[in-house]
Amino acid sequence: MSIYLDHAATTPMNPQAIEAMSNALAIIGNPSSLHADGRAVRKYVEDARDLLAKNIDCAPSEIIFTGSGTEANNIAIKGIFWERNSSRSRPVVITSAIEHQAVLEPAQWLVAHEGAQHIVLPVTEDGVVSLDALQLLVSQHGDSIALISIMHSNNETGVIQPVADVVDIAGDIPVHCDAVQSWSKAPLSFKDLGLFAMTLSGHKVGGPIGIGILVLSRGIDIPALIHGGGQEREIRSGTVNAPSIVALAAAISKSNYSAHDVAALRHSFERGVERVIPDVVINSADVDRLPGISSVTFPGTLNETLLLLLDSEQISCSTGAACTAGVHRPSHVLEAMGLAEDSVMSTLRFSFGATTTQSDVDDVIAALPKVVERARSAR
Amino acid sequence: MKLIAAMSGGVDSAVAAARAVEDGHDVIGVHLALSSNPQKYRSGARGCCTIEDSHDARRAADVIGIPFYIWDMAEEFHENVVENFMSEYKSGRTPNPCLRCNEKIKFAAVLDRAKNMGFDGVITGHYARTVDTPEGKTLHRAIDPLKDQSYVLAVLTRDQINGAIFPLGDTQKVDIRIEAERRGLAVAQKPDSHDICFVPSGDNAGWLRDRMGSEAGPIVDQDGKQLGTHKGAYTYTIGQRKGLGLTVPTEDGSPRFVLKIEPVSNTVVVGPREDLAVSSMRGERAIVCGPEIAPGSHRGFVQIRAHGAPLPATYSYADGFLTAQLDEPLLGLATGQAMVIYDGDRVVASATICETA
Repeated sequence: MSIYLDHAATTPMNPQAIEAMSNALAIIGNPSSLHADGRAVRKYVEDARDLLAKNIDCAPSEIIFTGSGTEANNIAIKGIFWERNSSRSRPVVITSAIEHQAVLEPAQWLVAHEGAQHIVLPVTEDGVVSLDALQLLVSQHGDSIALISIMHSNNETGVIQPVADVVDIAGDIPVHCDAVQSWSKAPLSFKDLGLFAMTLSGHKVGGPIGIGILVLSRGIDIPALIHGGGQEREIRSGTVNAPSIVALAAAISKSNYSAHDVAALRHSFERGVERVIPDVVINSADVDRLPGISSVTFPGTLNETLLLLLDSEQISCSTGAACTAGVHRPSHVLEAMGLAEDSVMSTLRFSFGATTTQSDVDDVIAALPKVVERARSAR
Repeated sequence: MKLIAAMSGGVDSAVAAARAVEDGHDVIGVHLALSSNPQKYRSGARGCCTIEDSHDARRAADVIGIPFYIWDMAEEFHENVVENFMSEYKSGRTPNPCLRCNEKIKFAAVLDRAKNMGFDGVITGHYARTVDTPEGKTLHRAIDPLKDQSYVLAVLTRDQINGAIFPLGDTQKVDIRIEAERRGLAVAQKPDSHDICFVPSGDNAGWLRDRMGSEAGPIVDQDGKQLGTHKGAYTYTIGQRKGLGLTVPTEDGSPRFVLKIEPVSNTVVVGPREDLAVSSMRGERAIVCGPEIAPGSHRGFVQIRAHGAPLPATYSYADGFLTAQLDEPLLGLATGQAMVIYDGDRVVASATICETA
């Protein structure tokens, strides 16, 4: 059995969600059909929507089910941009420098194809988005801003972003928030944050892969990316994925994730790493982080070598950053935080979750000295 | 043993990795990304290191059931192979970048990294054999003469040969494809690569012109009389006959061949076929692949092209230089090519040709 410390990439599916999904797969019916079979499935889907809405603190009608978090980000960013810039007067899209590719790429696509102007907000060396910079941008560009998209917490460092402050500064400008990493791990209320739109994903919370949520404020209409039968407020057409929605609701309502326990495991891990590799750097250790993410720089190594060697020891972790054709690229998140290139290329992300145990942590700490030594000689 | 299998995405390296796993080794597949700006798809037999190739390699590793990683060696490859290729041409020599890649990348950068990471060696799909002797492994030709790649591996030192495993040397290529099919490897019918991987068009001269410009210069005969103008001396090869664009015919109408390239004066010298004849050569940067070569002359064979014939010769080695006297003269030999000495099917040594006579 491998030691899985890559919960930020995807989480093991909650057993109760698997059961709910299996049961739902056996039920016939398209939730859009008018007959009894269709109605029965629609009931399950809408029960799930109600339950999820309570958890997210939004209205059930504000939930739009999508195929992924990436899709939800695309619908939000492109849709809000098109709506707000229909008369070409608001071409500015503001994101932070540390957003996921699923936000940065749609923004860049708008620049290339729709005449958008993408302004990137810097972050502090701890990886927190700069509110001063945002304040300045909003006062300078005011009416020409189509939307602001800031993540709730970062997927590589776990750093929680000041989203409520962003919304305050934004005033009337719509704010979208990619909250994929934070959902069910940190307090999250759509209503309290005052957001225009928010993205969530099923497989980061013990639910299945292939289901995402765009939370979009009531009464807002944005152009759709996918056209068809008009499901999901005519914003996301396509037969509603009932089994995955039911499973996602089960994963949330019967969550086995304890932020307290996961934080304790990470604490134990970080103290252990510092003990066995004294010159490590734990990134963003002094700011508010999600309980389960640890970004660790191992000086004098290459993270891809560490990854290979840990994999040989049956330990799964991540460089956190994206690959281009399978080739590791320097993390844009760590670069934005001002880490030196050597540090960026020697940083690994360990992420802990509901199924992580103390013995997993102990085994990793035991394996690290040899792995780091070999990686240093292979540099 | 714990081994790294270098997997290009082709059929040979996939079968090589599968065989090593079957032999009980602990194998990890590694694809080398050698181009910093890879093409999405390969076109026919040309090019390599496309994104499609890396997917093919990954799929093969998954079918074999081994871990798979991509190592970015684009920078090392550019510095050691591509830049060397250009500078050699600039100096009027004709390099073989495949040898250079084996010497500097596959069996140096990769092998070093593998060893430092605790691996025992590197597996490749090259067609060559090694034989265990009390003094270590020696390098030999593959049994398939059409596929034999011992020539491009002759730049390996003894240590490198000891860290290299070539599982395909005892098999005919045609049987490798059948074996790949049997193993469920989708690359079984993928075309072989030819030409230089970083020149996907196959047009070496055009590739060089694009990167190094094309400063025109004189084409002269052996007496220095100008016969025409060339478009960059380095795009010509010793022995070349076509594409010279000469307007002054020879008296007897016989064709002219490129005899010499003089990079400093940017001059191409042409002359009759018989003046291409070479009967002795001297090579620098000699690498002895097997046992030490005793002082004095020895009989053996010299090969000067990847798929050239072995030519009977008398050779000697001293102070990093190899010299060979051919039994029969040879036409069209360029400096920069590798001379590889064989004793029967065993690779004795290699060197880069620096003088011919």
